[in-house]
Amino acid sequence: MSDNHTEVEHLACDVLVIGAGGAGLRAAVEARLAGKTVIVISKSLFGKAHTVMAEGGAAAAMGNVNANDNWQVHFRDTMRGGKFLNNYRMAELHAQEAPDRIWELETYGALFDRTADGKISQRNFGGHEYPRLAHVGDRTGLELIRTLQQKLVSLQQDDEEAGEPAEKLQVIDETTITELFVENGAVKGAFGYRRGTGRFMAIAAPAIVLATGGIGRSFKVTSNSWEYTGDGHALALRAGASLINMEFIQFHPTGMVWPPSVRGILVTESVRGDGGVLKNSDGERFMFNYIPEVFKAQYADNPDEADRWYTDPDTNRRPPELLPRDEVARAINSEVKAGRGTEHGGVYLDIASRRSAEYITERLPSMYHQFKELADVDITAEPMEVGPTCHYIMGGIEVDAETAASSVTGLYAAGEVSGGMHGSNRLGGNSLSDLLVFGKRAGEFAAEHATATEPPKLSDDEIAAAQADALRPFANDGENPYELQAALQAINGRLVGIIRKAGELEEALTELEALRPRIENVTAVGGRAYNPGWHLALDLRNMYVCSVATAKAALERDESRGGHTREDAPGMDPEWRRINLVATLDGGELALARQDVPSMTPELLGLFDTSELAKYMTPEEYRSTEAEDA
Amino acid sequence: MSTRTFRVWRGDAEGGDFAEFDVAVNEGEVVLDVVHRIQAEQAPDLAVRWNCKAGKCGSCSAEVNGMPRLMCMTRMNLFAEGEPVTITPLRTFPVVRDLVTDVSFNYEKARQMPAFAPPADLKPGEYRMQQVDVERSQEFRKCIECFLCQNTCHVVRDHEENKPPFSGPRLFIRAAELDMHPLDARDDRREAAQDEQGLGYCNITKCCTEVCPEHIKITDNAIIPMKERVAGDRYDPLVWLGRKIFRKDKKPA
Amino acid sequence: MTTTEDSAVSSPPRAAVKARNLRIDNWRRGPILTVLGITAWVAYATFRVFYQGDYWVADYHYLTPFYSPCVSVACVPESAHFGRFLPDHPLIPYAALSLPFLLAFRLTCYYYRKAYYRSFWLSPPACAVPDGHAKYTGETRFPLIMQNFHRYFFYAAAIISVINTWDAVLAMHSPDGFGLGLGNLVLWANVVLLWCYTLGCHSCRHVMGGRLKHFSKHPVRYRFWTVSSALNARHMMWAWITLASLALTDFYVMAVAAGWITDLRFIG
Repeated sequence: MSDNHTEVEHLACDVLVIGAGGAGLRAAVEARLAGKTVIVISKSLFGKAHTVMAEGGAAAAMGNVNANDNWQVHFRDTMRGGKFLNNYRMAELHAQEAPDRIWELETYGALFDRTADGKISQRNFGGHEYPRLAHVGDRTGLELIRTLQQKLVSLQQDDEEAGEPAEKLQVIDETTITELFVENGAVKGAFGYRRGTGRFMAIAAPAIVLATGGIGRSFKVTSNSWEYTGDGHALALRAGASLINMEFIQFHPTGMVWPPSVRGILVTESVRGDGGVLKNSDGERFMFNYIPEVFKAQYADNPDEADRWYTDPDTNRRPPELLPRDEVARAINSEVKAGRGTEHGGVYLDIASRRSAEYITERLPSMYHQFKELADVDITAEPMEVGPTCHYIMGGIEVDAETAASSVTGLYAAGEVSGGMHGSNRLGGNSLSDLLVFGKRAGEFAAEHATATEPPKLSDDEIAAAQADALRPFANDGENPYELQAALQAINGRLVGIIRKAGELEEALTELEALRPRIENVTAVGGRAYNPGWHLALDLRNMYVCSVATAKAALERDESRGGHTREDAPGMDPEWRRINLVATLDGGELALARQDVPSMTPELLGLFDTSELAKYMTPEEYRSTEAEDA
Repeated sequence: MSTRTFRVWRGDAEGGDFAEFDVAVNEGEVVLDVVHRIQAEQAPDLAVRWNCKAGKCGSCSAEVNGMPRLMCMTRMNLFAEGEPVTITPLRTFPVVRDLVTDVSFNYEKARQMPAFAPPADLKPGEYRMQQVDVERSQEFRKCIECFLCQNTCHVVRDHEENKPPFSGPRLFIRAAELDMHPLDARDDRREAAQDEQGLGYCNITKCCTEVCPEHIKITDNAIIPMKERVAGDRYDPLVWLGRKIFRKDKKPA
Repeated sequence: MTTTEDSAVSSPPRAAVKARNLRIDNWRRGPILTVLGITAWVAYATFRVFYQGDYWVADYHYLTPFYSPCVSVACVPESAHFGRFLPDHPLIPYAALSLPFLLAFRLTCYYYRKAYYRSFWLSPPACAVPDGHAKYTGETRFPLIMQNFHRYFFYAAAIISVINTWDAVLAMHSPDGFGLGLGNLVLWANVVLLWCYTLGCHSCRHVMGGRLKHFSKHPVRYRFWTVSSALNARHMMWAWITLASLALTDFYVMAVAAGWITDLRFIG
């Protein structure tokens, strides 16, 4: 294509945002509004990021539908959902700031569904006490990404009008970052390639925001798109930052299971929020059998009460289909294991027999569309077949709650790639609000850091080394990257899936170790221009290191909590609640350390009943509030 | 499972031709599954753009047996047994490699489109809009930017020289979305659509609507209403008479 | 088509796919049927409009829509509900006042535009099939910019539909006074269908409420818009049905007037 695409392209900016999903774009908006020069790197085309897949909505305690809602209730739900392993300060900031972040989107042009009095409508969702999710039908993620995309364009137009150069805010699409440059514990730039030409790029930047999303492509059955190869997690590790909570992976309870080609594609939780129920092959509505002790007070134990809740949520308890995702996923898993699954290994999700066809097509248009076109199933006439699918990683880069800064100077992280906010399990709807709240914060503090820092210089040597590294697959004589990805997915799916055992995790680590030299020797054929085989070869090492982190942490934590279930260690252990597992790279080897979970302030502890805290915490932790209550 | 013949266009700006692959196809698969199998087993460097594989991101646009489609939404049982499946890149845009095209035309046009103008007197959180008033615009915001409409539109597909003056269906629905937005503060959307986006080039032959994977009624609900709004401003005899008599330039309420 | 043979126009180059289109379905069917349908109708209508006879059934007051309003001095006096003033000439149809507007209404109709641009003008003949013309400027300049006058013709067509409705009312007649025959049902069916086509017109939809920014402030017009939109969704169907119903109604009236058949009478 271009004449000199063998030469490395040199760029510089104040704030480099890696990732063009919701968090990255929100960070870019904030950094640009702070007056900084911003480059956004998008692995796909602009506006295609995985955020578009979010369906249900964005949780924010605006109280538009139920005036009883406020940030304290949202905070409480988030902590409960995360089984109190959350970084409480992140959960607090998130609950407090989410409404402002949503309202702000309206000023960018977002069009949420409305209440009768013209406010943003909010819907019910698993784990949320009140209707809280701002939504647009079941395509909220698309609305969010498009709104932010259009906001960026409008900032570019403002710049143009003000006579600013186009370099003030650039989105570079179809570009992958392969390495971060670090000097004296601080980041100073990044190296990557443009997919279209294969041309390399080195960007000098004193502040970098990682917003690369998750790791789902390491699993075969996943709702995640191809980009989700743990790039940000791996880049951060290699730059010297730490990851926390990598053992906690959310398996969304309802992914499609048939036909095989769509296995894993998400069926939004709104189906249940709007009246859908789960049934096994005997036709039994089985979720009533799976309400854990800690949730008995909030969830109905009989169908009559559960059904009344849809119209009268104030005097009835919620249907158990709306339990947090980890509970529902495990319940489905148990039903299938007990032989009460469907023909294709799932359970039935039935809304057809409970709601009118009109209601379904109006409330769940894209689900209707998805099943009709991908599976030839009419969800207004027959039940869906669903089963758990790898959906979200709670774990990620350890960040400071206020600033989203990692332990590496100048390196920030927001969205799924960061860890701590969701504890051991994320509530539906909290990811979209998370990426807005912390995307903004990351952009703000990255801009602040860039202001206080001299523009860095990249050396030819480090660029040459990164280039050699990226080109290695062409010189290797090993295996095809697709085979290796399948092998990695097989290990994770079989041994590090939804239900785990010590023995299997050890086996996984052994198999992963055996896979390592094969991945190091992965081979790409063909040229550099738009070569997916080469791209996958480079992504593989990221998937690999994330998989090792997950398996190691999962083996270490011998309890079951949220998105980590150990068959050989059922139940939560209050001692483990106090502990985060922290992964770092030490001379190329992944090291794991224990670290205390930050303890909640007495004011926040006071938001919970002592009897509830007693289910999660050791007595000395919650007794402090008892003293104050008295 | 059966074996099918796939003819995939391979090449780049320098030229190219069809490559034939005999490949296994399983029950329930879509074209993109089969392309992935070709990639994994026979041609690791086969360039194809895709993301979500669920019809939500609009990345895997291509032409299958001559029709513009999302490969992830094209089920294999659409084709008769033994019928070869031919896949080519989008014809309207410059080719990058194999099935991947350079769609920057669409982003450039979007860049020229004036953004939503927030009302000056409302602060965040004070926006009040009725559902009936946002629904029309919401239909257009379903757009996943697959650019199949842009690719199919003969105005640019068959007439490269029309690319500068013509923004295309994707941007017409954006114009309609903003013109119908209950709180957008600009009042020049329709003028811009006619004079700067080239709305007049459209001869409403509706191929954009035919190929839209989101089933947005691009022509009936966006382009024609915009043409009608322009006609209302410029050609409606009653509006013209009303203005003459009442000497006012009334904007629609 | 610029992509293949003539790649000089397209820069940077598009994929060099040699075939001009790769559709293997029967995409020619649509345009061919359209050409056949429209040509047949135009031939029949032209013949009838200049035939200047068998348009009026004196006993039952049936007037064919092709001659309504009958305003030529040659019209049978009873059939001329709106006066007789146009000169009698073989080239001036008796309904020369309404026919040009009806023709223009359909000619500028958004559905017919699609139909004839695709079939007669091959621009394009079908989706992803190359345009039959080297140059294309759409509706940006004369004469096609005149398509924007659709609104004028919609107003005229609405008035003519009222006249057709009035014709149907007057036709409830027999030599004894009130009457009802099969011809009345035909006339009424045609009128109802004409209204479905006219009220579902894109211009009508705009005038009813489509032009509003806030439906919530105009609930009645929103109702009108909803009805017009529902009809509009099937505009193509109404366009074809009314072509057929117009021709059939005319043929029925002609057949009765010429004495080929006798009208089936229910009353009078």
